[in-house]
Amino acid sequence: MSMTSESDQLAYIASQAADARVNVEVETDEGMTLNLGPQHPATHGTLRIIAKLDGEKVVAAEPIMGYMHRGYEKLTEVRTYPQVTTLVNRIDWLGSFANEVPFILAAEQLMEVEAPPRAQWIRTILFELSRIANVCLFLGDMAVQIGATTPVFYAFRDREFVLNQIERVTGGRFHPNFDRIGGLKDDLPKGWIEETRGALNRMTDFCDEMEELVLGNEIFQARTRGIGTIPSDVALAYGLSGANLRASGIDWDIRRDANVGLVYDQVDWKVWTHPDGDSFARFWVRLQETREACNIIDQLLGTIPSGPIMAKVPRIIKVPPGEAYVATENPLGEMGFYVVSKGDLTPFRVKIRSASFSNMSIAPWVLKDVFVPDIISILASLYFILGDIDR
Amino acid sequence: MGLVESGKMPKPLTKLLNMSRRYSMWVYQWGLACCAIEMGAAFASPRYDVMRLGVIPLPASPRQADFLVVSGTVTDKMAPAVRRLWEQMPDPKYVISMGSCANCGGPYWDSYSVTKGVDQIIPVDVYVPGCPPRPEALLEGIVLLQERIMNEDMAERWKGDPIVVE
Repeated sequence: MSMTSESDQLAYIASQAADARVNVEVETDEGMTLNLGPQHPATHGTLRIIAKLDGEKVVAAEPIMGYMHRGYEKLTEVRTYPQVTTLVNRIDWLGSFANEVPFILAAEQLMEVEAPPRAQWIRTILFELSRIANVCLFLGDMAVQIGATTPVFYAFRDREFVLNQIERVTGGRFHPNFDRIGGLKDDLPKGWIEETRGALNRMTDFCDEMEELVLGNEIFQARTRGIGTIPSDVALAYGLSGANLRASGIDWDIRRDANVGLVYDQVDWKVWTHPDGDSFARFWVRLQETREACNIIDQLLGTIPSGPIMAKVPRIIKVPPGEAYVATENPLGEMGFYVVSKGDLTPFRVKIRSASFSNMSIAPWVLKDVFVPDIISILASLYFILGDIDR
Repeated sequence: MGLVESGKMPKPLTKLLNMSRRYSMWVYQWGLACCAIEMGAAFASPRYDVMRLGVIPLPASPRQADFLVVSGTVTDKMAPAVRRLWEQMPDPKYVISMGSCANCGGPYWDSYSVTKGVDQIIPVDVYVPGCPPRPEALLEGIVLLQERIMNEDMAERWKGDPIVVE
């Protein structure tokens, strides 16, 4: 850390943010204002970026969010605890199961119940499967933003194998809604473990294919190496998490360092980091993580303990008064739920700390002084999901 | 097109025109939320392959599109943009509303920021239910839309005053 004190750091962040404010109305003599979105293929949905240009160079860029705001935090106040999982599934829609887990863990912490070991194992397996389903699409999408169309077809093709496995156990292709307070809804179906091994082999092949097809590509390297570099101190100051943080060289992973309720300590695995902090590093880290997720699942599949999948919980769930914060390492980064209960059927307040919102906050900083085409590659490599930003 | 203006259209001509329109539809895809990924799976994945139905995804602009798939949650902030891009499409144009959110608000039926149904702002031809619908369901919706186009009387459709864009 180059920052000496906390106040210095805050002043630094404030000055950077002030520089990046764009006056949308004003067309100055020396530049023009470029509007990307809210409907633009590179924004993964409905993000809007307003960039002030000087020629081909971006002087300042500002993301405008809220086009996908659906009011989750308010809605959770009128939903019962089991109903909330249906909602939070849809925050990060590519890795849905991973969203349920932190909320359920927070509720379990308040109720002082613990899921049986078998449920914890299956939870971790499904968590990592949804990570693969999520990041797999990133690997294809990042390439398609840079101009290579083929990888996205491969990504959609191989993602189906993982989705099939999730569907076979949960019944839902996309939004499983499978996690319950105190355990899981159902046990694994017969023959699922062998089929999952087959799907994992397929995914490992996909990672090798991506490595050959994309990583070694000269155009890809020219478009990503040294582009959008985020030094480690800036990454920390902006509160990045997940692969974006690890790509800046910071060895931090909640699965290893602050694990709650999942069984990552039973597995021999590695946290991948990259010292560069550019777009290429972010792609590389995510590729390695997909491979590592296959490794984690492969080890867990062999050691699933027998036993019940549901702890003893009352049929009508009333959570005792209290507060709990649980965060997990979701595919996009740290996702945390701060649940306040007053002893009712519904939560009193739920604060969602989603990864993409913090990851997106660095956009004005990192999009400064880049060229217009680099906006696309940097945004793609930061990897956000609009539901996760706006909630 | 004096024939059309007269309000009468010879049946064989109608059939020929409708058949050609039916199998060469350019879709302007509207990736809004979760459904966008299932739509992507239907349009971009080799497993579902929408092109065998004669649908061509990814036109460069709404001005080249024949129909629109609104896939996902339309919020009140996004609604003006939805309306505006629909207005930019040339007539005859069709809309498929994909997923519960676009149909009626879906799981956000009591949310303060979600538009409860995209049919409040643009006319919808086919509703595809589901949250999100499987890619097969979207393909079924496209087939239903094609049947609708096939049975359409173009003179009937183009009768009346032109739509004025404000």
